[in-house]
Amino acid sequence: METTIKEKKQTYRPLVLDEEQQLLRESAKDYLREKSPVAAFRKLRDEANPQGYDKHLWQEMAQMGWAGLAIAEEFGGMNYGYLGLGIVLEEMGRTLTSSPINSTVLLGATLVSLGGSEAQKKTLLGGISEGKLVLTLALEEGNHHQSLPKQTTATKTAEGYTLQGQKTFVMDGHVADKMVVVARTSGNATDTQGITLFLVDAKAAGVNIHRSQLVDCRNYAKVSFENVTVSAEDIIGNVGEGFAILEKTLNIARIGLSAEMLGMMQEAFDRTMVYLKERKQFGVPIGSFQGLQHRSADMYCHIELCKSVVLKALMSIEEDSAQLPMYASLAKAKVGQTLARVSNEAVQMFGGIGVTDDEEIGFFLKRARVAQQSLGDYTYHLQRLVKFQKLA
Amino acid sequence: MVTTLEEFQIETRAWLEENCPLSMRQPVKSMEDVYWGGRKAKFNSEDQKQWFEKMSERGWTAPQWPKQYGGGGLSKDEARILKAETDRLNCRPALYSFGIWMLGPALLHYGSEEQKMEHLPKIVNGEIWWCQGYSEPGAGSDLAGLQTRAELQGDEYIVNGSKIWTSYADRADMIFCLVRTNPDAKKHSGISFLLIDMENEGVSTSPIKLISGKSAFCQTFFDNVKAPARNLIGEENAGWTIAKYLLTHERDMIGASFISEGQKTLAEMALETLGEDPQTEPILRTQVAQHEMDMLAFKLTLARSTDEAKQGQGMGAKSSMLKYLGTELNKDRHELIVALNGFDGLGWEGEEFNEGKIVRDYLRTKANSIEGGTSEIQLNIISKHILGLPG
Repeated sequence: METTIKEKKQTYRPLVLDEEQQLLRESAKDYLREKSPVAAFRKLRDEANPQGYDKHLWQEMAQMGWAGLAIAEEFGGMNYGYLGLGIVLEEMGRTLTSSPINSTVLLGATLVSLGGSEAQKKTLLGGISEGKLVLTLALEEGNHHQSLPKQTTATKTAEGYTLQGQKTFVMDGHVADKMVVVARTSGNATDTQGITLFLVDAKAAGVNIHRSQLVDCRNYAKVSFENVTVSAEDIIGNVGEGFAILEKTLNIARIGLSAEMLGMMQEAFDRTMVYLKERKQFGVPIGSFQGLQHRSADMYCHIELCKSVVLKALMSIEEDSAQLPMYASLAKAKVGQTLARVSNEAVQMFGGIGVTDDEEIGFFLKRARVAQQSLGDYTYHLQRLVKFQKLA
Repeated sequence: MVTTLEEFQIETRAWLEENCPLSMRQPVKSMEDVYWGGRKAKFNSEDQKQWFEKMSERGWTAPQWPKQYGGGGLSKDEARILKAETDRLNCRPALYSFGIWMLGPALLHYGSEEQKMEHLPKIVNGEIWWCQGYSEPGAGSDLAGLQTRAELQGDEYIVNGSKIWTSYADRADMIFCLVRTNPDAKKHSGISFLLIDMENEGVSTSPIKLISGKSAFCQTFFDNVKAPARNLIGEENAGWTIAKYLLTHERDMIGASFISEGQKTLAEMALETLGEDPQTEPILRTQVAQHEMDMLAFKLTLARSTDEAKQGQGMGAKSSMLKYLGTELNKDRHELIVALNGFDGLGWEGEEFNEGKIVRDYLRTKANSIEGGTSEIQLNIISKHILGLPG
């Protein structure tokens, strides 16, 4: 009896940030507000920046340790954990900071940390921690998120494998140095067995990259693989057994992305509250109208729900909880649903100015929609929740 | 004696195992199953009596109240452990009491030493059944507009007026009331907090039937009722502060009251009623998942606010958020329970419908977002006190 009590006591982790984590939030907030306000993002857009993000800034962030937050110390990281990464992502959501953190740190580094060999970890994670390597995941093949590839295949050859297929909406695809390509090496289209993860150099022969311009002005690419040769050493994990690594990576990344979305949602909401207090019509601030007050208060409540869900989900990564897939879907669904609403309401409450390009609030709506769609939208994750509840 | 929390937990677990009768570890099915105490109190079983006496002896009917007032004198952490351990065994609360839930916290905060000594031990021991007199027919959401008049004559107040939604007023011994002591002051500044004995001459009650077919609610009338001046809590005309404190407390309680660990989840009920074939009512299944999504998020938010409070990060107007979300979610839950049960969920009478439990419970939830401050009032409070939106 005594031992069970002890165990229980040790596993209860209060749903609050500790002092160090609060400091990380404050310093991230200050840094991003100064170096990367929404105006910086507008500038990247207006100059049609070919890189899509500020390389110098990313270097600085890496020097501060952000790129290596969730990477083990022996591979050059900070080993600070995903909660810390989530805090930074949330603050980056507030400033709409464009960087390779989602592709490289959330997806790339997580995948390598989970499934890579010692040699792969050594070469890849060090580069990521230093902000020198952009590593992305080439997974999607259609318009909607899918964790199983439909037509990308790899066939065994004398030299290793030959990759064939086409990937869409590859995050940071056109600036990536390397990408992990999800391909089928055996089995049928719906089998989770037979999925293999290939590490491919972006400059390898047969890799064709085309940048896709989406509404959020971030970086996505269409990447085709025409008879690309990959050595057997460049497989992450075992042949045919990549799905478990992939799915866990996706769940972690869904939570990280939810943290970014939570930041966006809070910033859009805060800006709207400021506007409601400033903007006068009929001789009074429009925030004095109950029609707007109740919608605002209800949104506030749902944002609070989102904060709890994201915090718990981030903790579940660190605890390596068996509930991780459920928390990932809970976070992505609840945050996706709420962000859709908050971003819509923000534009509506800003009124005419809200639909102009001069006002920054529209940027939040635009980024929100892409983030919602990435790694599974509300209905995708609701469907998973139906399954987790054993309702289907 | 110094005991660590761990020792406290081990001892508590053992004590509960020994002292909580098995029949008191069953879910509460009806009001017959709970003990409210009071002057005319009757136990429904020997087990109920034993369980209540064991608990009140230790002051564990009010675990965190100071020992000098009969309480358990437990720290927050110890009280949390006690709660977890009673939950673990599914122990019923030994005493249901508005004295413990509402009046006691107000007395501890605002009562004089004399008042605390007089009333708190009787609450812990279940000697007095208290009811609450806040709302009036003309003062619902606009509570501060209340008109029940109390005039000081000598060392007594003379009370005239009427209170509504006074739960169990027909069975209660005493009522804690908001009364108007200064009709000329601004409405918030003329209110006092007064304790009145229900046995006094001039008090009468009449029950209110709800759409669910029955209820504990009454209307209570005061016709020249006398209350001793020493029954005034706090300063005269300063009762609104106490009222606000208690309303916050009530909101916290209501918000959290819909979550109990033993309760079946809606998803479990869906599987029981719809079966496992996903082709049966697929859209309803999705609605259930949507509900569970919000319910999980709400449970996490309750836990987070408790954890934040422990770290001294005050809740304040957050109780309005919890009340609002909790009651709206509970309404949604019951809406879906009725839907899951189809026609069966609409049965009103007869054994085949368990005397209409499903639909009556459902109808009762309609009051959740009205009692203790309507959802709209909670949204007003959030707008004003959290979001800082103007008047």
